[in-house]
Amino acid sequence: MKTSDIHWFKFSSPPNFYWLAGRMWPWFATLAATLTLIGLWIAFFVAPIDAQQGQGYRIIFVHVPASQMAMFIYLVMAAWAGFGLAFNTRLSGMMASALAPTGALFAFLSLLTGALWGKPMWGTWWVWDARLTSTLILLFLYLGFLALQSSIDDARRADKACAVLALVGVVNVPIIYFSVNWWNTLHQGASVSLSKSPSMAAPMLWGMLIMVVAFWMYTIAVTLARVRTIILDRERHTEWVKNAVE
Amino acid sequence: MQWNSVSEFFAMGGYAFYVWGSFGATAAVMLLEMLHVRRQRQEMRRSLRNELLSEGASS
Repeated sequence: MKTSDIHWFKFSSPPNFYWLAGRMWPWFATLAATLTLIGLWIAFFVAPIDAQQGQGYRIIFVHVPASQMAMFIYLVMAAWAGFGLAFNTRLSGMMASALAPTGALFAFLSLLTGALWGKPMWGTWWVWDARLTSTLILLFLYLGFLALQSSIDDARRADKACAVLALVGVVNVPIIYFSVNWWNTLHQGASVSLSKSPSMAAPMLWGMLIMVVAFWMYTIAVTLARVRTIILDRERHTEWVKNAVE
Repeated sequence: MQWNSVSEFFAMGGYAFYVWGSFGATAAVMLLEMLHVRRQRQEMRRSLRNELLSEGASS
């Protein structure tokens, strides 16, 4: 008798993942919206004024979540891409391509909110400082990934080329993270780290952490929603897609 | 509560442009991304249905 093998990799097949992603993204979107409301409430009504930066410091509640998201998405994207390159799994490349646009947007927001913070506090929108420059390179890596993806018609070949680019670019992420320690930069050091207790007031810290989790939930929701369109596109000649759109 | 009046809240201690600019830009980018994802999905479904219809007509 044939054993019914229900195993973990069941969801790595595109039709199953299409279904699973469709079921999951609304939950992540709901979580994102709820956490954003709580985070914004703390950011504007609970967290006290900063002794040095006055009300201007409140930019931290979008700047830090956007910046850490830009770096994390790159790591996750490179991991999917590398997995796809190593094991030739169909879904991996689709996940990497679904993450790239969101990562690029967060890298852009990191630079934009950073400029809006730098102008009143440092007196300049931009400096060629290690942290800022390496974040700009991160944005270019995302844009390069997206451009390469769209310039190769065969999706599987595009995945391979993009995976190599993504993996080479990974070296930039630790450079961004440690840039404030390795070089003398205008950008301040980490306020939150694993090795020491955070150097900020509790409501500020909580507000920031809740916004970070909210951005994570947003990223998961929007990536799952986007990957479904990518799956439909790449599987367009299969029976299940024909049944799915009817 | 951090604020004595609504206008004080919107003034952000003189940093209104920078603070609201940051939050506004972030909100706008996320909103546009969500709308874009939805539109791409609708267009994909439309193109797949058209493909199906033309296949049905030719066979």
